[in-house]
Amino acid sequence: MVMTKADLVEEIAKDTGLSKKDTSVIVNLIIDNVCKALAEGDKVELRGFGSFKVKSRNPRKARNPRTGASVDVPAKLVPYFKASNELKQKVNG
Amino acid sequence: MTKAEIVENISSRTGLTKKEVAEVVDQFLHCISKGLAEGKHYEIRGFGTFKVKDRKARMARNPRTGEPVPVPDRKVPVFKVSRELKELVAQS
Repeated sequence: MVMTKADLVEEIAKDTGLSKKDTSVIVNLIIDNVCKALAEGDKVELRGFGSFKVKSRNPRKARNPRTGASVDVPAKLVPYFKASNELKQKVNG
Repeated sequence: MTKAEIVENISSRTGLTKKEVAEVVDQFLHCISKGLAEGKHYEIRGFGTFKVKDRKARMARNPRTGEPVPVPDRKVPVFKVSRELKELVAQS
């Protein structure tokens, strides 16, 4: 089942008793904080949940699968999420 | 960046108390964890999608002894980063 941000806000507001409006503002700012930290190369550690980090990828030569032409892929930074052991266990539980 | 710093930042930007913000942040993480454990996916536009993937059983090796060890099939939580966030980080 796919949940959206609106579903998540609704669920959180129900649990905390805070208004959906305030909850939605906070949820948007959580995401904003994580995105900004990653854009600055910082990592975000959320205990018991996981961490968001940035990895660097080396430049490489790839191929256009349609034409077979060789394409240079430059070095770049990619964001990724590493789930905590707690979260991994919960999902398996 | 830690959870405390995020709470501090949001509290100062909204005027909501740190207690209120901390409660929402905790509940945000809790709801996603719980939902994933129930097999739900969370799609957050502009950020990414949290989902659960199945991993097949396989034989692994104990790297110290070289002894083969069976790894049973299992579920793993994954986060698929949105195109927007990838672009934001790549441009930095």
